Amino acid sequence: MSIIVLAEHTQGVFKKKSFEAVQYAAAIAEKQGTTVTAVAVGTVADSELQSLGQAGAKKVLHIADARLDNLSARAYAKVLIAVAQKEDAKVIVALHDVTGKAVAPRVSAALKAGLVAGAVSYPDTTNGFVVKKTVFSGKAFAFVNITSDIKVVTLMPNTFPVKKGEGAAAVEKLDVSFDDKDFSIQVKEVSKVTGAVPLSEAELVVSGGRGMKGPENWYVLEDLAKELGAALACSRPVADAHWRPHHEHVGQTGGTIRPNLYIAVGISGAIQHLAGVNGSKTIVVINKDPEAPFFKAADYGVIGDAMEVVPRLTAAVKKFKETHG
Amino acid sequence: MKILVCISQVPDTTTKIAFSDNNTHFSTQGVTFIINPYDEWYALVRALELKEGGVASDVHLVTVGKADAEPVIRKALALGGDEAIRIDTDSSDPYLVAAQIAEYAKTGNYDLVLCGKESIDYNNGAVGALLAGFLDINFIGFATNVQIENNAATVKREIEGGEETDTCALPLVISCQKGVAEARIPNMRGIMAARTKPLKVVAPADIQPLTNIVSYELPPAKTGVKMISPENMDELVELLHSEAKVI
Repeated sequence: MSIIVLAEHTQGVFKKKSFEAVQYAAAIAEKQGTTVTAVAVGTVADSELQSLGQAGAKKVLHIADARLDNLSARAYAKVLIAVAQKEDAKVIVALHDVTGKAVAPRVSAALKAGLVAGAVSYPDTTNGFVVKKTVFSGKAFAFVNITSDIKVVTLMPNTFPVKKGEGAAAVEKLDVSFDDKDFSIQVKEVSKVTGAVPLSEAELVVSGGRGMKGPENWYVLEDLAKELGAALACSRPVADAHWRPHHEHVGQTGGTIRPNLYIAVGISGAIQHLAGVNGSKTIVVINKDPEAPFFKAADYGVIGDAMEVVPRLTAAVKKFKETHG
Repeated sequence: MKILVCISQVPDTTTKIAFSDNNTHFSTQGVTFIINPYDEWYALVRALELKEGGVASDVHLVTVGKADAEPVIRKALALGGDEAIRIDTDSSDPYLVAAQIAEYAKTGNYDLVLCGKESIDYNNGAVGALLAGFLDINFIGFATNVQIENNAATVKREIEGGEETDTCALPLVISCQKGVAEARIPNMRGIMAARTKPLKVVAPADIQPLTNIVSYELPPAKTGVKMISPENMDELVELLHSEAKVI
Protein backbone atom coordinates (compact mmCIF):
# COMPACT_ATOMS: atom_id res chain seq x y z
CA MET A 1 0.00 0.00 0.00
CA SER A 2 1.25 3.48 -0.79
CA ILE A 3 0.02 6.97 -1.51
CA ILE A 4 0.37 8.00 -5.13
CA VAL A 5 0.67 11.51 -6.50
CA LEU A 6 0.63 12.81 -10.05
CA ALA A 7 3.68 15.07 -10.44
CA GLU A 8 3.01 17.42 -13.33
CA HIS A 9 5.83 19.06 -15.19
CA THR A 10 6.11 21.76 -17.80
CA GLN A 11 8.49 20.79 -20.57
CA GLY A 12 10.44 18.53 -18.26
CA VAL A 13 10.58 20.85 -15.24
CA PHE A 14 8.59 20.33 -12.04
CA LYS A 15 6.89 23.44 -10.79
CA LYS A 16 6.43 24.59 -7.22
CA LYS A 17 2.88 23.26 -7.17
CA SER A 18 4.11 19.78 -8.09
CA PHE A 19 6.38 19.81 -5.03
CA GLU A 20 3.35 21.01 -3.02
CA ALA A 21 1.39 17.97 -4.19
CA VAL A 22 4.25 15.55 -3.44
CA GLN A 23 4.77 17.03 0.00
CA TYR A 24 1.04 16.80 0.71
CA ALA A 25 1.03 13.13 -0.28
CA ALA A 26 4.16 12.53 1.83
CA ALA A 27 2.47 14.01 4.89
CA ILE A 28 -0.51 11.66 4.48
CA ALA A 29 1.83 8.72 3.94
CA GLU A 30 3.78 9.49 7.09
CA LYS A 31 0.58 9.58 9.10
CA GLN A 32 -0.54 6.27 7.65
CA GLY A 33 2.85 4.61 8.05
CA THR A 34 3.44 4.15 4.35
CA THR A 35 5.42 5.80 1.55
CA VAL A 36 4.76 8.06 -1.42
CA THR A 37 5.11 7.04 -5.01
CA ALA A 38 5.16 9.96 -7.42
CA VAL A 39 4.01 9.34 -10.98
CA ALA A 40 5.49 11.37 -13.84
CA VAL A 41 4.56 11.00 -17.50
CA GLY A 42 6.23 12.10 -20.73
CA THR A 43 9.70 13.49 -21.31
CA VAL A 44 11.57 14.33 -18.09
CA ALA A 45 15.27 13.87 -17.20
CA ASP A 46 16.14 11.40 -14.42
CA SER A 47 17.90 14.12 -12.37
CA GLU A 48 14.68 16.13 -12.39
CA LEU A 49 12.65 13.06 -11.41
CA GLN A 50 15.00 12.40 -8.48
CA SER A 51 14.46 15.97 -7.22
CA LEU A 52 10.92 15.00 -6.14
CA GLY A 53 12.69 13.30 -3.22
CA GLN A 54 13.26 16.77 -1.77
CA ALA A 55 9.51 16.94 -1.12
CA GLY A 56 9.36 13.44 0.37
CA ALA A 57 8.83 11.07 -2.56
CA LYS A 58 10.70 7.80 -2.00
CA LYS A 59 10.00 6.48 -5.46
CA VAL A 60 9.11 7.98 -8.81
CA LEU A 61 7.44 5.85 -11.45
CA HIS A 62 8.23 7.32 -14.84
CA ILE A 63 6.16 6.47 -17.89
CA ALA A 64 8.37 7.97 -20.55
CA ASP A 65 6.06 7.59 -23.56
CA ALA A 66 6.46 10.86 -25.50
CA ARG A 67 2.80 10.80 -26.53
CA LEU A 68 2.12 11.80 -22.92
CA ASP A 69 3.84 15.17 -23.42
CA ASN A 70 0.40 16.52 -24.32
CA LEU A 71 -2.48 16.14 -21.89
CA SER A 72 -4.76 13.24 -22.70
CA ALA A 73 -7.16 12.81 -19.78
CA ARG A 74 -7.85 9.28 -20.89
CA ALA A 75 -4.19 8.24 -21.09
CA TYR A 76 -3.15 10.03 -17.87
CA ALA A 77 -6.05 8.41 -16.01
CA LYS A 78 -5.06 5.04 -17.40
CA VAL A 79 -1.56 5.54 -15.98
CA LEU A 80 -2.84 6.50 -12.53
CA ILE A 81 -5.32 3.62 -12.47
CA ALA A 82 -2.57 1.15 -13.46
CA VAL A 83 -0.20 2.49 -10.78
CA ALA A 84 -2.95 2.56 -8.15
CA GLN A 85 -3.69 -1.09 -8.81
CA LYS A 86 -0.01 -2.08 -8.91
CA GLU A 87 0.74 -0.27 -5.63
CA ASP A 88 -2.59 -1.04 -3.97
CA ALA A 89 -2.93 2.72 -3.39
CA LYS A 90 -5.68 3.96 -1.11
CA VAL A 91 -5.09 7.69 -1.63
CA ILE A 92 -4.43 9.38 -4.98
CA VAL A 93 -3.32 13.01 -5.00
CA ALA A 94 -3.30 15.46 -7.92
CA LEU A 95 -3.58 19.22 -8.37
CA HIS A 96 -6.78 21.22 -8.80
CA ASP A 97 -5.61 22.70 -12.10
CA VAL A 98 -6.34 22.17 -15.79
CA THR A 99 -4.62 18.77 -15.79
CA GLY A 100 -5.90 17.50 -12.45
CA LYS A 101 -9.46 18.58 -13.16
CA ALA A 102 -9.49 16.51 -16.35
CA VAL A 103 -7.70 13.45 -14.95
CA ALA A 104 -8.68 13.00 -11.28
CA PRO A 105 -12.46 12.65 -11.91
CA ARG A 106 -11.77 9.96 -14.50
CA VAL A 107 -9.73 8.04 -11.94
CA SER A 108 -12.55 8.52 -9.44
CA ALA A 109 -15.08 7.10 -11.91
CA ALA A 110 -12.92 4.07 -12.77
CA LEU A 111 -11.91 3.13 -9.22
CA LYS A 112 -15.19 4.05 -7.56
CA ALA A 113 -13.15 6.42 -5.44
CA GLY A 114 -14.70 9.42 -3.72
CA LEU A 115 -13.30 12.74 -4.91
CA VAL A 116 -12.66 16.02 -3.14
CA ALA A 117 -11.58 18.66 -5.65
CA GLY A 118 -9.74 21.77 -4.46
CA ALA A 119 -8.58 20.72 -0.99
CA VAL A 120 -7.12 23.43 1.26
CA SER A 121 -6.23 21.25 4.27
CA TYR A 122 -4.51 18.00 5.08
CA PRO A 123 -7.04 15.23 5.73
CA ASP A 124 -8.26 14.82 9.29
CA THR A 125 -8.40 11.08 9.88
CA THR A 126 -9.60 11.07 13.48
CA ASN A 127 -13.14 10.32 12.31
CA GLY A 128 -13.09 9.19 8.70
CA PHE A 129 -11.11 11.06 6.04
CA VAL A 130 -12.21 14.67 6.20
CA VAL A 131 -10.77 17.30 3.87
CA LYS A 132 -11.52 21.01 3.89
CA LYS A 133 -12.32 22.65 0.56
CA THR A 134 -13.65 25.98 -0.65
CA VAL A 135 -17.32 26.08 -1.64
CA PHE A 136 -19.63 28.78 -2.98
CA SER A 137 -16.67 30.05 -4.99
CA GLY A 138 -14.64 31.06 -1.97
CA LYS A 139 -17.50 32.43 0.15
CA ALA A 140 -17.24 29.45 2.54
CA PHE A 141 -15.47 26.19 3.30
CA ALA A 142 -16.89 22.68 3.57
CA PHE A 143 -15.45 19.74 5.49
CA VAL A 144 -16.00 16.75 3.23
CA ASN A 145 -15.71 13.16 4.37
CA ILE A 146 -14.67 10.59 1.76
CA THR A 147 -16.30 7.30 2.62
CA SER A 148 -15.02 5.02 -0.17
CA ASP A 149 -12.06 2.67 0.27
CA ILE A 150 -9.96 4.56 -2.31
CA LYS A 151 -9.82 8.34 -2.08
CA VAL A 152 -8.92 10.96 -4.68
CA VAL A 153 -7.92 14.45 -3.55
CA THR A 154 -6.92 17.41 -5.73
CA LEU A 155 -5.17 20.35 -4.09
CA MET A 156 -5.73 24.03 -4.58
CA PRO A 157 -2.32 25.30 -5.76
CA ASN A 158 -0.50 27.90 -3.63
CA THR A 159 -1.97 26.54 -0.40
CA PHE A 160 0.71 24.32 1.13
CA PRO A 161 4.11 26.03 1.54
CA VAL A 162 6.91 23.74 0.38
CA LYS A 163 9.81 22.99 2.71
CA LYS A 164 12.33 21.23 0.53
CA GLY A 165 14.63 18.81 2.28
CA GLU A 166 17.44 16.52 1.27
CA GLY A 167 17.01 13.29 -0.57
CA ALA A 168 16.69 11.88 -4.04
CA ALA A 169 13.83 9.67 -5.11
CA ALA A 170 14.54 6.31 -6.71
CA VAL A 171 13.42 6.41 -10.33
CA GLU A 172 11.76 3.37 -11.86
CA LYS A 173 10.57 3.15 -15.44
CA LEU A 174 7.14 1.73 -16.05
CA ASP A 175 5.42 0.66 -19.24
CA VAL A 176 1.71 1.18 -19.56
CA SER A 177 0.05 -0.11 -22.70
CA PHE A 178 -2.15 2.37 -24.47
CA ASP A 179 -4.46 2.01 -27.42
CA ASP A 180 -5.22 4.53 -30.16
CA LYS A 181 -8.36 5.69 -28.37
CA ASP A 182 -6.19 7.06 -25.56
CA PHE A 183 -4.69 9.59 -27.96
CA SER A 184 -7.69 10.30 -30.15
CA ILE A 185 -7.74 14.00 -29.25
CA GLN A 186 -5.48 15.68 -31.78
CA VAL A 187 -3.68 18.86 -30.82
CA LYS A 188 -3.75 21.25 -33.79
CA GLU A 189 -2.28 24.36 -32.29
CA VAL A 190 -0.73 25.50 -29.03
CA SER A 191 -0.21 29.10 -28.04
CA LYS A 192 1.53 29.71 -24.74
CA VAL A 193 2.02 33.02 -23.09
CA THR A 194 5.74 32.88 -22.53
CA GLY A 195 7.57 34.62 -19.74
CA ALA A 196 4.44 35.64 -17.84
CA VAL A 197 3.59 34.14 -14.46
CA PRO A 198 0.41 32.03 -14.79
CA LEU A 199 -2.26 33.70 -12.68
CA SER A 200 -3.28 30.53 -10.82
CA GLU A 201 0.26 30.03 -9.52
CA ALA A 202 1.25 33.64 -8.96
CA GLU A 203 2.30 34.61 -5.42
CA LEU A 204 1.74 38.28 -6.14
CA VAL A 205 -1.16 39.62 -8.19
CA VAL A 206 -1.98 43.15 -9.37
CA SER A 207 -5.61 43.50 -10.40
CA GLY A 208 -7.62 46.31 -12.00
CA GLY A 209 -11.29 47.14 -12.15
CA ARG A 210 -13.65 49.55 -13.83
CA GLY A 211 -12.11 52.38 -11.82
CA MET A 212 -9.11 52.20 -14.16
CA LYS A 213 -11.35 54.00 -16.68
CA GLY A 214 -10.03 52.24 -19.78
CA PRO A 215 -7.47 49.80 -21.18
CA GLU A 216 -5.16 52.66 -22.12
CA ASN A 217 -4.46 53.21 -18.40
CA TRP A 218 -3.37 49.64 -17.77
CA TYR A 219 0.30 50.50 -18.24
CA VAL A 220 0.51 51.73 -14.63
CA LEU A 221 -0.61 48.29 -13.41
CA GLU A 222 1.72 46.56 -15.87
CA ASP A 223 4.64 48.63 -14.57
CA LEU A 224 3.81 47.74 -10.97
CA ALA A 225 3.36 44.06 -11.81
CA LYS A 226 6.70 44.03 -13.62
CA GLU A 227 8.49 45.68 -10.70
CA LEU A 228 6.97 43.17 -8.25
CA GLY A 229 7.21 40.14 -10.53
CA ALA A 230 3.44 39.82 -10.18
CA ALA A 231 0.73 38.46 -12.49
CA LEU A 232 -2.11 40.66 -13.76
CA ALA A 233 -5.78 40.06 -13.07
CA CYS A 234 -9.00 41.99 -13.55
CA SER A 235 -12.64 42.18 -12.46
CA ARG A 236 -15.57 40.93 -14.51
CA PRO A 237 -16.74 44.28 -16.00
CA VAL A 238 -13.21 44.77 -17.32
CA ALA A 239 -13.17 41.36 -19.04
CA ASP A 240 -16.73 41.85 -20.31
CA ALA A 241 -15.74 45.19 -21.86
CA HIS A 242 -12.77 43.43 -23.50
CA TRP A 243 -10.31 45.81 -21.84
CA ARG A 244 -8.39 42.72 -20.76
CA PRO A 245 -8.38 39.06 -21.86
CA HIS A 246 -10.90 36.70 -20.25
CA HIS A 247 -8.28 34.51 -18.60
CA GLU A 248 -7.34 37.42 -16.33
CA HIS A 249 -10.87 37.60 -14.90
CA VAL A 250 -11.02 36.61 -11.23
CA GLY A 251 -14.19 36.34 -9.17
CA GLN A 252 -17.10 33.99 -8.70
CA THR A 253 -17.61 33.44 -12.42
CA GLY A 254 -13.93 33.76 -13.28
CA GLY A 255 -10.87 32.24 -11.66
CA THR A 256 -10.39 31.68 -7.94
CA ILE A 257 -6.90 32.62 -6.76
CA ARG A 258 -5.00 32.44 -3.48
CA PRO A 259 -1.88 34.57 -3.85
CA ASN A 260 0.22 35.88 -0.96
CA LEU A 261 -0.52 39.43 -2.04
CA TYR A 262 -3.50 40.74 -3.99
CA ILE A 263 -3.42 44.41 -4.93
CA ALA A 264 -6.86 45.57 -6.12
CA VAL A 265 -6.93 48.88 -7.95
CA GLY A 266 -10.20 50.57 -8.88
CA ILE A 267 -12.27 47.53 -7.89
CA SER A 268 -15.27 48.29 -5.69
CA GLY A 269 -15.37 44.78 -4.18
CA ALA A 270 -18.73 43.29 -5.13
CA ILE A 271 -19.50 40.02 -3.32
CA GLN A 272 -18.91 38.07 -6.56
CA HIS A 273 -15.43 39.52 -6.93
CA LEU A 274 -14.50 38.96 -3.27
CA ALA A 275 -15.50 35.30 -3.60
CA GLY A 276 -12.70 34.72 -6.09
CA VAL A 277 -9.93 36.47 -4.17
CA ASN A 278 -10.68 36.29 -0.44
CA GLY A 279 -8.30 33.36 -0.05
CA SER A 280 -5.44 35.82 -0.66
CA LYS A 281 -3.16 36.09 2.36
CA THR A 282 -2.82 39.86 2.19
CA ILE A 283 -5.12 42.25 0.34
CA VAL A 284 -4.26 45.84 -0.57
CA VAL A 285 -7.08 48.00 -1.89
CA ILE A 286 -6.45 51.21 -3.78
CA ASN A 287 -9.62 53.12 -4.57
CA LYS A 288 -10.60 56.77 -4.74
CA ASP A 289 -14.01 56.01 -3.25
CA PRO A 290 -13.65 55.77 0.54
CA GLU A 291 -17.01 53.96 0.65
CA ALA A 292 -15.84 51.09 -1.60
CA PRO A 293 -16.95 47.84 0.12
CA PHE A 294 -13.60 46.24 -0.72
CA PHE A 295 -11.92 48.22 2.09
CA LYS A 296 -13.82 46.07 4.62
CA ALA A 297 -12.12 42.96 3.23
CA ALA A 298 -8.68 44.55 2.93
CA ASP A 299 -5.59 44.44 5.14
CA TYR A 300 -4.22 47.72 3.80
CA GLY A 301 -6.17 50.48 2.13
CA VAL A 302 -5.18 53.56 0.17
CA ILE A 303 -7.74 56.19 -0.80
CA GLY A 304 -6.54 57.90 -3.92
CA ASP A 305 -6.50 58.10 -7.67
CA ALA A 306 -4.98 55.04 -9.32
CA MET A 307 -3.06 57.03 -11.90
CA GLU A 308 -1.23 58.88 -9.13
CA VAL A 309 -0.98 56.26 -6.39
CA VAL A 310 0.10 53.26 -8.48
CA PRO A 311 3.17 54.91 -10.10
CA ARG A 312 4.17 56.10 -6.63
CA LEU A 313 3.86 52.54 -5.32
CA THR A 314 5.90 51.24 -8.26
CA ALA A 315 8.64 53.76 -7.45
CA ALA A 316 8.53 52.74 -3.77
CA VAL A 317 8.88 49.07 -4.68
CA LYS A 318 11.83 49.90 -6.94
CA LYS A 319 13.50 51.88 -4.15
CA PHE A 320 12.86 49.05 -1.70
CA LYS A 321 14.43 46.52 -4.04
CA GLU A 322 17.51 48.69 -4.48
CA THR A 323 18.05 49.10 -0.75
CA HIS A 324 17.29 45.45 0.08
CA GLY A 325 19.33 44.03 -2.80
CA MET B 1 -26.89 14.99 -33.87
CA LYS B 2 -28.20 14.90 -30.29
CA ILE B 3 -26.83 17.15 -27.57
CA LEU B 4 -27.30 16.70 -23.84
CA VAL B 5 -26.73 19.81 -21.69
CA CYS B 6 -26.11 19.36 -17.95
CA ILE B 7 -27.86 21.99 -15.84
CA SER B 8 -27.20 22.62 -12.19
CA GLN B 9 -29.24 24.82 -9.86
CA VAL B 10 -27.11 27.10 -7.67
CA PRO B 11 -27.66 30.03 -5.30
CA ASP B 12 -27.68 33.41 -7.05
CA THR B 13 -24.21 35.01 -7.20
CA THR B 14 -25.23 37.82 -4.84
CA THR B 15 -26.26 35.35 -2.11
CA LYS B 16 -24.82 35.92 1.32
CA ILE B 17 -23.92 32.41 2.41
CA ALA B 18 -25.17 31.24 5.83
CA PHE B 19 -25.45 27.88 7.55
CA SER B 20 -27.91 26.33 9.98
CA ASP B 21 -28.06 23.38 12.41
CA ASN B 22 -24.67 24.01 13.94
CA ASN B 23 -23.08 24.75 10.56
CA THR B 24 -24.08 21.40 9.07
CA HIS B 25 -26.59 22.67 6.48
CA PHE B 26 -26.56 25.41 3.89
CA SER B 27 -29.37 27.74 4.83
CA THR B 28 -31.63 28.18 1.79
CA GLN B 29 -33.94 30.61 3.53
CA GLY B 30 -34.39 33.68 1.34
CA VAL B 31 -31.98 32.34 -1.26
CA THR B 32 -32.85 32.75 -4.93
CA PHE B 33 -31.74 29.87 -7.12
CA ILE B 34 -30.48 30.33 -10.65
CA ILE B 35 -29.10 28.18 -13.44
CA ASN B 36 -25.39 27.71 -12.85
CA PRO B 37 -23.93 30.57 -14.95
CA TYR B 38 -21.40 28.39 -16.78
CA ASP B 39 -24.15 25.91 -17.70
CA GLU B 40 -26.50 28.64 -18.87
CA TRP B 41 -24.33 31.27 -20.51
CA TYR B 42 -21.99 28.92 -22.32
CA ALA B 43 -23.05 25.25 -22.51
CA LEU B 44 -26.77 25.79 -23.06
CA VAL B 45 -26.49 28.77 -25.39
CA ARG B 46 -23.85 27.01 -27.52
CA ALA B 47 -26.11 23.95 -27.81
CA LEU B 48 -28.97 26.20 -28.95
CA GLU B 49 -26.73 27.90 -31.50
CA LEU B 50 -25.76 24.49 -32.88
CA LYS B 51 -29.42 23.59 -33.24
CA GLU B 52 -30.26 26.94 -34.86
CA GLY B 53 -27.36 26.43 -37.26
CA GLY B 54 -28.78 23.07 -38.31
CA VAL B 55 -25.87 21.10 -36.80
CA ALA B 56 -27.85 19.58 -33.93
CA SER B 57 -31.27 17.94 -34.27
CA ASP B 58 -32.16 17.66 -30.58
CA VAL B 59 -31.10 19.53 -27.47
CA HIS B 60 -32.03 17.84 -24.20
CA LEU B 61 -31.40 19.30 -20.75
CA VAL B 62 -30.69 17.17 -17.73
CA THR B 63 -30.51 18.08 -14.06
CA VAL B 64 -30.06 16.06 -10.89
CA GLY B 65 -32.35 17.48 -8.24
CA LYS B 66 -35.55 17.19 -6.29
CA ALA B 67 -38.83 18.90 -7.26
CA ASP B 68 -37.49 22.25 -6.02
CA ALA B 69 -35.14 22.27 -9.04
CA GLU B 70 -38.04 22.46 -11.51
CA PRO B 71 -38.39 26.26 -11.70
CA VAL B 72 -34.75 26.48 -12.71
CA ILE B 73 -35.01 23.78 -15.36
CA ARG B 74 -38.14 25.52 -16.74
CA LYS B 75 -36.10 28.71 -16.92
CA ALA B 76 -33.51 26.82 -18.94
CA LEU B 77 -36.24 25.50 -21.24
CA ALA B 78 -37.41 29.09 -21.74
CA LEU B 79 -34.04 29.82 -23.35
CA GLY B 80 -34.52 26.81 -25.62
CA GLY B 81 -34.12 23.07 -25.83
CA ASP B 82 -36.60 20.39 -26.78
CA GLU B 83 -37.11 18.57 -23.53
CA ALA B 84 -35.76 18.33 -20.02
CA ILE B 85 -35.03 15.43 -17.73
CA ARG B 86 -34.91 15.72 -13.97
CA ILE B 87 -33.29 12.83 -12.15
CA ASP B 88 -35.11 12.78 -8.86
CA THR B 89 -32.36 12.84 -6.26
CA ASP B 90 -30.10 15.41 -4.66
CA SER B 91 -26.48 15.27 -3.62
CA SER B 92 -23.35 17.33 -3.20
CA ASP B 93 -21.25 14.32 -4.25
CA PRO B 94 -19.85 14.79 -7.77
CA TYR B 95 -19.45 11.02 -8.27
CA LEU B 96 -23.12 10.41 -7.57
CA VAL B 97 -24.35 13.31 -9.73
CA ALA B 98 -22.21 12.27 -12.71
CA ALA B 99 -23.07 8.58 -12.32
CA GLN B 100 -26.79 9.41 -12.36
CA ILE B 101 -26.42 11.52 -15.50
CA ALA B 102 -24.32 8.77 -17.11
CA GLU B 103 -27.03 6.16 -16.46
CA TYR B 104 -29.54 8.39 -18.20
CA ALA B 105 -27.18 9.45 -21.02
CA LYS B 106 -26.51 5.80 -21.91
CA THR B 107 -30.15 5.44 -22.91
CA GLY B 108 -30.19 8.51 -25.15
CA ASN B 109 -27.42 8.01 -27.73
CA TYR B 110 -26.07 11.51 -27.33
CA ASP B 111 -23.27 12.63 -29.65
CA LEU B 112 -22.23 15.57 -27.54
CA VAL B 113 -22.57 16.38 -23.84
CA LEU B 114 -22.00 20.00 -22.82
CA CYS B 115 -21.63 21.27 -19.26
CA GLY B 116 -20.24 24.31 -17.50
CA LYS B 117 -16.61 24.24 -16.30
CA GLU B 118 -17.83 24.05 -12.70
CA SER B 119 -20.86 24.84 -10.58
CA ILE B 120 -20.55 27.92 -8.41
CA ASP B 121 -21.82 26.12 -5.29
CA TYR B 122 -19.56 23.12 -4.69
CA ASN B 123 -16.84 24.11 -7.17
CA ASN B 124 -15.57 20.60 -7.82
CA GLY B 125 -15.53 21.11 -11.58
CA ALA B 126 -15.62 17.33 -11.82
CA VAL B 127 -18.95 16.27 -13.29
CA GLY B 128 -17.95 16.60 -16.97
CA ALA B 129 -14.77 14.56 -16.62
CA LEU B 130 -16.49 11.97 -14.39
CA LEU B 131 -19.27 11.63 -16.93
CA ALA B 132 -16.78 11.07 -19.76
CA GLY B 133 -15.17 8.41 -17.58
CA PHE B 134 -18.45 6.61 -16.92
CA LEU B 135 -19.38 6.76 -20.62
CA ASP B 136 -15.82 5.81 -21.64
CA ILE B 137 -15.59 8.69 -24.10
CA ASN B 138 -13.23 11.64 -24.44
CA PHE B 139 -13.37 14.79 -22.37
CA ILE B 140 -12.14 18.27 -23.25
CA GLY B 141 -12.25 20.73 -20.38
CA PHE B 142 -12.28 24.53 -20.16
CA ALA B 143 -13.40 25.14 -23.74
CA THR B 144 -13.43 28.74 -24.94
CA ASN B 145 -14.68 27.89 -28.46
CA VAL B 146 -16.62 24.88 -29.74
CA GLN B 147 -17.19 24.11 -33.44
CA ILE B 148 -18.84 20.94 -34.74
CA GLU B 149 -18.44 19.71 -38.30
CA ASN B 150 -18.61 16.29 -39.96
CA ASN B 151 -19.23 14.49 -36.68
CA ALA B 152 -16.08 15.93 -35.11
CA ALA B 153 -15.42 18.80 -32.74
CA THR B 154 -12.79 21.51 -32.98
CA VAL B 155 -12.32 22.96 -29.53
CA LYS B 156 -10.17 25.79 -28.31
CA ARG B 157 -9.39 25.29 -24.65
CA GLU B 158 -7.39 26.71 -21.82
CA ILE B 159 -4.18 24.89 -20.87
CA GLU B 160 -1.50 25.74 -18.32
CA GLY B 161 -0.33 29.21 -19.33
CA GLY B 162 -2.00 29.38 -22.71
CA GLU B 163 -4.49 27.98 -25.20
CA GLU B 164 -4.66 24.91 -27.34
CA THR B 165 -6.86 23.91 -30.29
CA ASP B 166 -7.89 20.27 -30.38
CA THR B 167 -9.93 18.16 -32.73
CA CYS B 168 -11.74 15.01 -31.73
CA ALA B 169 -14.39 12.75 -33.19
CA LEU B 170 -17.74 12.61 -31.40
CA PRO B 171 -19.03 11.40 -28.97
CA LEU B 172 -17.42 13.80 -26.57
CA VAL B 173 -17.98 15.63 -23.28
CA ILE B 174 -16.95 19.29 -23.29
CA SER B 175 -16.92 21.63 -20.28
CA CYS B 176 -17.51 25.23 -21.28
CA GLN B 177 -16.40 28.61 -20.00
CA LYS B 178 -16.30 32.20 -21.17
CA GLY B 179 -15.86 32.60 -24.91
CA VAL B 180 -17.96 29.60 -25.98
CA ALA B 181 -21.11 31.72 -26.37
CA GLU B 182 -22.76 34.95 -25.23
CA ALA B 183 -25.42 34.92 -22.52
CA ARG B 184 -29.02 35.29 -23.70
CA ILE B 185 -32.16 36.62 -22.05
CA PRO B 186 -35.29 34.46 -22.45
CA ASN B 187 -38.10 36.17 -24.37
CA MET B 188 -41.83 35.92 -23.72
CA ARG B 189 -42.33 33.39 -26.51
CA GLY B 190 -39.67 31.16 -24.99
CA ILE B 191 -41.16 31.45 -21.52
CA MET B 192 -44.64 30.53 -22.85
CA ALA B 193 -43.26 27.64 -24.90
CA ALA B 194 -41.34 26.28 -21.91
CA ARG B 195 -44.57 25.69 -20.03
CA THR B 196 -45.66 22.97 -22.43
CA LYS B 197 -42.28 21.40 -23.18
CA PRO B 198 -41.85 17.88 -21.80
CA LEU B 199 -40.13 17.66 -18.41
CA LYS B 200 -39.51 14.02 -17.64
CA VAL B 201 -38.90 12.95 -14.08
CA VAL B 202 -36.67 9.90 -13.90
CA ALA B 203 -36.15 7.74 -10.81
CA PRO B 204 -32.51 7.73 -9.72
CA ALA B 205 -30.33 4.66 -10.27
CA ASP B 206 -29.20 2.83 -7.15
CA ILE B 207 -25.88 4.62 -6.61
CA GLN B 208 -24.42 5.52 -3.24
CA PRO B 209 -22.55 8.80 -2.65
CA LEU B 210 -18.83 8.42 -1.90
CA THR B 211 -18.49 11.72 -0.06
CA ASN B 212 -20.63 13.73 2.33
CA ILE B 213 -20.31 17.20 3.78
CA VAL B 214 -19.77 17.01 7.54
CA SER B 215 -19.89 20.74 8.25
CA TYR B 216 -19.30 24.21 6.83
CA GLU B 217 -17.26 27.19 7.92
CA LEU B 218 -17.19 30.84 6.92
CA PRO B 219 -13.80 32.42 6.19
CA PRO B 220 -12.38 34.39 9.14
CA ALA B 221 -13.38 38.04 9.03
CA LYS B 222 -10.60 40.52 8.39
CA THR B 223 -9.55 42.20 11.61
CA GLY B 224 -9.72 45.67 10.15
CA VAL B 225 -8.08 47.59 7.40
CA LYS B 226 -5.00 49.71 8.02
CA MET B 227 -5.27 52.91 6.00
CA ILE B 228 -2.13 54.35 4.43
CA SER B 229 -1.74 57.88 3.12
CA PRO B 230 -1.64 58.01 -0.69
CA GLU B 231 1.44 60.21 -0.31
CA ASN B 232 3.32 57.52 1.60
CA MET B 233 3.77 54.44 -0.55
CA ASP B 234 7.16 53.76 1.06
CA GLU B 235 5.27 52.98 4.27
CA LEU B 236 2.98 50.54 2.43
CA VAL B 237 5.96 48.72 0.92
CA GLU B 238 7.66 48.59 4.33
CA LEU B 239 4.51 47.11 5.93
CA LEU B 240 4.14 44.55 3.14
CA HIS B 241 7.74 43.55 3.84
CA SER B 242 8.02 43.61 7.62
CA GLU B 243 4.44 43.10 8.81
CA ALA B 244 2.64 41.10 6.12
CA LYS B 245 5.92 39.48 4.99
CA VAL B 246 4.71 39.08 1.42
CA ILE B 247 7.51 40.95 -0.37
